[in-house]
Amino acid sequence: MDQKSINDIISVEHLSHAFGDKIVLKDINLSVKKGEFVTILGPSGCGKTTLMRLIAGFLKASEGKIFIGGKEMNKIPPHLRPVNTVFQRYALFPHLNVFNNIAFGLNLKKLPKEEIKKQVKQVLKIVIMSDYEERDVDSLSGGQQQRVAIARAIVNKPEVLLLDEPLAALDHKMRKDMQMEIKAMHKKLNITFVYITHDQEEALTLSDRIVVIRDGVIQQIGTPTEIYNEPVNSFVADFIGESNILDGVMIEDELVEFAGHHFECVDKGFEPNELVEVVIRPEDIYIFDISEAAQFSGQVTSSIFKGVHYEMIVITPEGYEFTIQDYHYFEPGKTVGLLVKPFDIQVMKKERYWNTYEATIVDKEFVRFLGINFPCDSAGEFEPGSDVKVKVSFQNVVLHDNEEDGMLPGIVSFILYKGNHYHLTISTRDNENIFVDTNDIWDDGDTVGISIAPDSIQIEST
Amino acid sequence: MIKRIFSTSYLSILLVMLYAPILIIIIFSFTESKVLGNWTGFSFKLYTSIFHGGIHHSLTKALWNTLIIGLIAAFISMVLGTMAAIGIYNLMPRAQRAIKMMNTIPILNPDIITAISLFLLFVSLGFTQGYATVILAHITFCTPYVVLSVLPRLRRMNPNLYEAALDLGATPFVAVRRILLPELKPGMISGFILAFTLSIDDFVVTLFTIGNQGLETLSTYIYADARRGGLTPELRPLSAIIFITVLLLLLAINQRAAKKKL
Amino acid sequence: MSNLKSFMGRRRNWTIPYALFLVLFVLLPLVIIVYYAFTNIDGKFTLDNIKKFWIHPEAMQVFLYSVVVAFITTILCILIGYPAAYILSKMEQQKAKLLIILFVLPMWVNFLIRTLATVALFDFLKIPLGEGALIFGMVYNFLPFMVYPIYNILQKTDQSLIEAAQDLGANPRQVFFKTVFPLSIPGITSGIIMVFMPVISTFAIAELLTINNIKLFGTTLQENIYNGTWNYGAALSLFMLVFIGATILLNREGSSKAAEEGTLI
Repeated sequence: MDQKSINDIISVEHLSHAFGDKIVLKDINLSVKKGEFVTILGPSGCGKTTLMRLIAGFLKASEGKIFIGGKEMNKIPPHLRPVNTVFQRYALFPHLNVFNNIAFGLNLKKLPKEEIKKQVKQVLKIVIMSDYEERDVDSLSGGQQQRVAIARAIVNKPEVLLLDEPLAALDHKMRKDMQMEIKAMHKKLNITFVYITHDQEEALTLSDRIVVIRDGVIQQIGTPTEIYNEPVNSFVADFIGESNILDGVMIEDELVEFAGHHFECVDKGFEPNELVEVVIRPEDIYIFDISEAAQFSGQVTSSIFKGVHYEMIVITPEGYEFTIQDYHYFEPGKTVGLLVKPFDIQVMKKERYWNTYEATIVDKEFVRFLGINFPCDSAGEFEPGSDVKVKVSFQNVVLHDNEEDGMLPGIVSFILYKGNHYHLTISTRDNENIFVDTNDIWDDGDTVGISIAPDSIQIEST
Repeated sequence: MIKRIFSTSYLSILLVMLYAPILIIIIFSFTESKVLGNWTGFSFKLYTSIFHGGIHHSLTKALWNTLIIGLIAAFISMVLGTMAAIGIYNLMPRAQRAIKMMNTIPILNPDIITAISLFLLFVSLGFTQGYATVILAHITFCTPYVVLSVLPRLRRMNPNLYEAALDLGATPFVAVRRILLPELKPGMISGFILAFTLSIDDFVVTLFTIGNQGLETLSTYIYADARRGGLTPELRPLSAIIFITVLLLLLAINQRAAKKKL
Repeated sequence: MSNLKSFMGRRRNWTIPYALFLVLFVLLPLVIIVYYAFTNIDGKFTLDNIKKFWIHPEAMQVFLYSVVVAFITTILCILIGYPAAYILSKMEQQKAKLLIILFVLPMWVNFLIRTLATVALFDFLKIPLGEGALIFGMVYNFLPFMVYPIYNILQKTDQSLIEAAQDLGANPRQVFFKTVFPLSIPGITSGIIMVFMPVISTFAIAELLTINNIKLFGTTLQENIYNGTWNYGAALSLFMLVFIGATILLNREGSSKAAEEGTLI
C-alpha cells in the first residue's frame, strides 16, 4: 500500500461503485501524476462521471479507496478535498455576478477583501475575461460562462482540477478554441487536470494520458499515441478514431492472414494459427491505380470529400470492405490496388472465441444457462443436475426482430463492423452479454429476440 | 371581426357580473347608511371611523388578530414547507410519492372536513382552543401550498449548484444558506403570500378551531355579524381598502414581470 | 449537537419535521374522525351513527340535494367558464394574464362580505332570494376555479397539433371538437374537482342567499358539531370523506393537477 509513488497526486485503488444493484464501476485502479493532464474517456453511461463524482466526494464509494496527495479521502466531505470541479453545465450561481461567483471560494476562506479582489482580477486575466466582473452570469454566452466556471475553480488553487465534459454544451468552433485555451492554461497553472469526455478527438488533442473506460471497466491506459496506434482491443480501436477491424489468423511470427491474403507484420509471440483481430487505420492503406506493387485489389464503391482528404469505401473480390482515406480521388467503380505496410498492421489478441456460460444440466433434453432452459441435443450425455460449461459460436446465435420470436429478449448494445460481417454485443435483462456474428444490419439499442438451435450448444464438463 | 367583438363582450359581461357585488360594496362605503343598499348621501365618515375613534373596538381587534395569525402561520408554513420541499427533492422516488400524496390531502379536503377533523383532534388531545390552535390549523392547510410553490424551483435549478458550492469549500450548511435559499427565494415568497392570503381569507377552519374565549378574526366577526342580520357598516370601507390594495399590488407585480420579460 | 448537524447534513432528512407534522395534523385527525364515527358518546364501539344516517333520511336528503346543487353549479361553471378560458387562451399572453388576475381578484374580498353584497344586489334588482340566487351565488364564487385550469391547459396546447388537424382537412368545428376539446379534458377534470367538492360542503353561503330556507351538507355537518352530536357529525364527515376519496381515486391525475393549480389561484 505504501509503494505509492510520491509523485502520484491521485491514486485510486480497487474502486467499485453500484447504484442499488446496478454496478457502474468495477475494480478501478488508476494513478495520476502531479501536473499531469489525464483524460477519462468513454461512451455515455460508461461510469466516467461516477468516477469523477467519487473523486470530488459527491458520492461515497461502495468499495475501494481514493487517495489525493497521499491522504485517504473516503471519509473526507467534498468541501474539505483539495479538488475543484468545472461542471458540465457550468453550475454558475445565477444570483451572483461574475466577480462574486469567482470570489465564492475565497470568501469562504475569509481572505481579506483586497486579497480576494487581487486574486479574482488575476484569474479573470488568465481566462481572458477582465472587464466582465460586474456582469450577470445569465447575460454571458456559453463560452464566457465556461471561462467563468474555470476561473471560479482555479482561483482556489486546487491540487487537482476536475473537468466534467466542460465543452459539451459549446458549438464546434468554440469547442476547438476552448480546447487550445484549456491546454494552455494547464501548462501555465501547473495544476493536475482530470478531464472527463466522450469525445475521442478532444481526448487525443489534450491529454498526456488517456484512460478508456467501458461498462465501468478500464480498457486501456496510455498516451494518445499508444492508444491510437496500439489499441488493446477492438472496442478501443473502434472508439478511438476510425479503423478497419477484421478477424485474422496469425500464421507464424510476423505473418498474419486476413481478408483472404497473407500480410507481413511486426507482431510476434502468438500461437501458430491463433485467431486474432487486426486493426488498420484508414489512412494507413495505400490506394493507387492497379499495378504490380499491389498486395491486393478492390473496387471503389463510394468516395466522399472530407475537407482535406477523400474517404473511400473499397470492396475486395473476396467480399471485404475497407475504409480508406487518401488525398487523391478515385472514382466509384474503379478497380484499385491496395497495400499495407507491416508496421501499420496492429494485431490484437482476440478477447473471446466463443460465447461461454456456466450452465446446469436440467434433464436429458435441456440445459439451463442465462436464466432459461435451452433444448440441447447433447444434454443427454451428462448427469442431470451437474454443473457444466456451454459454448456457442458467434455465428450460431440467431436474432429475431420480435422479442417474442426468440427464447430470450435482449438489446443490441455494441456493433463492430469487421469488413465482411458485423460483430454484435447483445445485453440480456440480467446484464449478461451474448456475442453474435451476423450479416444482417441492426441498430444500437434495437430490442431483439435471441434463440440458439439445439445442435449449436456444445457442452463441456467442468 | 365579429368574433372579436363577441369575445370581448363575453368577457366584459362576465367581469361586470363578477365585480357587481364588489362595486356595490365600494359605492356604499361612501355613505353612512347602516344597511347595505340604502344610499343616504355621500360621506367619508365610515373611512375615518375605522382609523380614528375606535368606535368599533372589536372590529379593529379582529382585524389585528387576522393579520397576526396570518403572518405567523404564513411564516411558519414558509419555513416548514421550504425545508420539506428541499427534503422531498432529495428523497427516493417512492418516499417522495408518499409524502407528496399526504401533502395533497389538505388541499383536496373540503374546508369543513379539515375543520371538523382538527376540531376533534384538539378536543381529543385536550388542547385549549385559541390563538395556538388557529395558527396550527392554518399551518396545516397553508404548508402544502408552500411545498408546491418551492418544488418547481428546485426542479428547475441546476442540480450541480449545491455541489458546486461544496466543491468550492462551503459546508453543507453554508451551501444551503448562500446558494440554495437565494435560488428558492421567489418560490418561498410566493408561497408566503399565498399562505398569508389563504389564512386571512379562511373562515370555516378558523370557526372550528378558534374556541369560545372571545377570540375573533375578521371572518368570524363578519359571520357573527351576518347572523345577527346585518353588516357592521365599517366593513364596507375596510373591504374596499383591502380590495384596492391587492388590486394595485397585483397589477404592479404583473407590470414588473412584463417589463422583465422584455 | 454534532449528531443533529450530521443528521440535518443529509438533505432528505429535512422532510422529517413536515412528515411528522402531516402525520399529527392531517392523518391523525382523519383517524380520529373514523374513531368518533364508530363510537358512541361513552367511547364504546357502535354502528348506530352509521345506521342513523341511513334510517334518518334528513341528512341523506340534504346530501343528495347538495349533490344536485353542486352538479348544476359545476355544469354551469363549465358552460360559462370554458368559452371564457378559450377566449383568454387565444389572447396575447400578457393581456390574458392581466385578465386572469381580474377573474381571480374578487377572491380577495372575504367571501361572506361578497355574498352579502350579492344579497344586496339581488334586493336592489328585486330578484327574489331562493334556489336561483343560491345557484348564482355558487357559480359566482367558484367560476374562477373552473376558468383557470382550463385556460392553463388550453394555453399550453401545442399549436402544431391544431395546425396538423387543419392540414389533415379538419374544418374549424372539427378542429375544436376533435383536437382542442379532447386535449383540454384534464383541465376540465381538475376544474370539476375544484368546484364540485367544495360546493357540497360549503356552509354559510346557502343560508345567506336563501334567508335560511335551504341548507347544504356543509351546514348539516357544522350543526352536528355545534350541537354536540360529535359522533354523528364524525359519521357524516366520514361519509363525505369516502365520497371524496372515491372521486379522487377515480381521477388521480386530475386531482394532483388540481392540487398543483391551487397554488396559482
